[in-house]
Amino acid sequence: MTEHDRNAAAYWSANLRLIIGSLIIWALVSYGFGILLRPMLSGITVGGTDIGFWFAQQGSILTFIVLIFFYAWRMNKLDKEFGLSEE
Amino acid sequence: MSQFAINLIFVLGSFALYIGIAFWARAGSTKEFYVAGGGVHPVMNGMATAADWMSAASFISMAGLIAAGGYANSTYLMGWTGGYVLLAMLLAPYLRKFGKFTVPEFIGDRFYSKNARFVAVACLIIASVTYVIGQMTGAGVAFSRFLEVENNTGLMIAGIVVFFYAVLGGMKGITYTQVAQYVVLIIAYTIPAVFISLQLTGNFLPPLGLFSNHVESGIPLLQKLDMVVRDLGFVDYTADVSNKLNMVLFTLSLMIGTAGLPHVIIRFFTVPKVSDARWSAGWALVFIALLYLTAPAVASMARLNLLTTIYPAGPTADAIQYSERPDWIKNWEQTGLIKFEDKNGDGRIQLYNDSAAFKATADERGWNGNELTVNNDILVLANPEIANLPGWVVGLIAAGGLAAALSTAAGLLLAISSAISHDLIKGSINPNISEKGELLAARISMAVAIVVATWLGMNPPGFAAQVVALAFGIAAASIFPALMMGIFSKRVNNKGAIAGMLAGLLSTVIYIFLFLGWFFIPGTAMLANTPDNWLFGISPLSFGAVGAMINFIVAFAVSSATEAPPLRIQELVESVRYPKGAGSASGH
Repeated sequence: MTEHDRNAAAYWSANLRLIIGSLIIWALVSYGFGILLRPMLSGITVGGTDIGFWFAQQGSILTFIVLIFFYAWRMNKLDKEFGLSEE
Repeated sequence: MSQFAINLIFVLGSFALYIGIAFWARAGSTKEFYVAGGGVHPVMNGMATAADWMSAASFISMAGLIAAGGYANSTYLMGWTGGYVLLAMLLAPYLRKFGKFTVPEFIGDRFYSKNARFVAVACLIIASVTYVIGQMTGAGVAFSRFLEVENNTGLMIAGIVVFFYAVLGGMKGITYTQVAQYVVLIIAYTIPAVFISLQLTGNFLPPLGLFSNHVESGIPLLQKLDMVVRDLGFVDYTADVSNKLNMVLFTLSLMIGTAGLPHVIIRFFTVPKVSDARWSAGWALVFIALLYLTAPAVASMARLNLLTTIYPAGPTADAIQYSERPDWIKNWEQTGLIKFEDKNGDGRIQLYNDSAAFKATADERGWNGNELTVNNDILVLANPEIANLPGWVVGLIAAGGLAAALSTAAGLLLAISSAISHDLIKGSINPNISEKGELLAARISMAVAIVVATWLGMNPPGFAAQVVALAFGIAAASIFPALMMGIFSKRVNNKGAIAGMLAGLLSTVIYIFLFLGWFFIPGTAMLANTPDNWLFGISPLSFGAVGAMINFIVAFAVSSATEAPPLRIQELVESVRYPKGAGSASGH
């Protein structure tokens, strides 16, 4: 394995770790808080209803936006750190 | 000025703008026609993607669906936004790096197989054509209600306008019109929502109004709504659902279907760099969220508004007299989307859920069945009238509904025509075609696709409502897994990919047809479409996610039993993973 290959492999596994971490949060806010865990969280109230309803109708969408921008910022930085960015 | 004249000014004004853009953004090369020259700013592309994505279904139908289903229909909100996370992390940057013009082209190259490319073209065309029917019928509804023209005349006008900017400008024309259409549709959607939120909750931001107190009663809006619907025999608006498996799978199908729809993916081929593709997905979701955070507020507020219009003294007191109904009900009665039948002959409008559980209460009140049927689709369109907003807001809604339908239709038509001219003609039938010849072929394919779409809009198959399920099911079960495996696995080979796509496609289509009829022909369904018959309680709408899993499993199983892809393909996979060395999109 050349130095270049090792660098590329490290970049790719950093990307995969970032994706897996992000997708865990992605699933947690929508499938978790918004659907499956809703009954467990029903004690926490928000504006006349429970937090699960809020996640299903608002919270998950807001989290998705934060996730994408975080991923873009992190990856664009990794591109440069590993010397793999376009220019 | 009459309402008709105002509507006409708004709609014709927006059309004139789109045609102006068409002349300004003509395409001179295939690169401009397919990917707008590859130099679109990521924020601009985000806005165009939002218009491309938000269809007549998002603009016209979604709030109505949520109003009717309450919490249970939150699936649409999560499903149609969560797909962008998948797109941003699993597909868009790598496909942008690959740097070609179409989605089937990637599948054909990565799986070194013309057959794989053909399967992808077939999936793309079925998914996109079914989807475009929904846009044209949506445009038809807006035309017939607001411009009082015959549905068919309206569709012809829409077809001609799209023809101008899509045939002349290709992706370049479509991109800049979509940006204009986004601005029109988001203003049209949010203005009535702001007024209604102010009226009901005193909060001018609808997403905050949703969780604020109802001004009149002083209790939280959602609690008030729950109480009102409960008194009329409906399920609580915020009630939980019992079939969680189905809710999860439906949301998942919408998410991976969103990420796998070719007309959305190709928008990311238009930005200059891989890093731009990542940012652009974030911007797209920001612009989409402006509407998607407003929609649930519109849904709950419009439902409460409707019920308080019918029961001005509260749901347990007398309903209004039919003769005293507001003008907007009269207007919409003419379109047949609101129907009244005085079943107990008391001259009043009883709107309630006539279920067995509520029968005793209904009998006690002297009600003899629900008397008012309201089509979900009118909720957003009638919103300004329900809230007594000025005439220009109604005109704006008309232009906004048309912008949503036409921007999505144009994106779909581009995906279809580029699959024909680039994947079929250039890729297979006549590989030696000149640049000029291909551009002409692209324009002709576009023109034919517009004529077919307009015709289908005029003669919609009886299954218009179900086809969206088919489009998402196909995108989720066939296209998304193939693209993802093409990027994230070096081991999946041509045989595995083709077997996987076919297995995902067929299992999903067959499951949908079993319940909704073979090719949606009425009377050919083999099982009644009820939860007792569904496999593990999974509805046909939710099966796309299962089809995707079948696709993944079959592709990996077949690939591991056959030879690994050749070295050059493994190098291709390597190259799409690293941004370095990306040029702008090209056809070679």
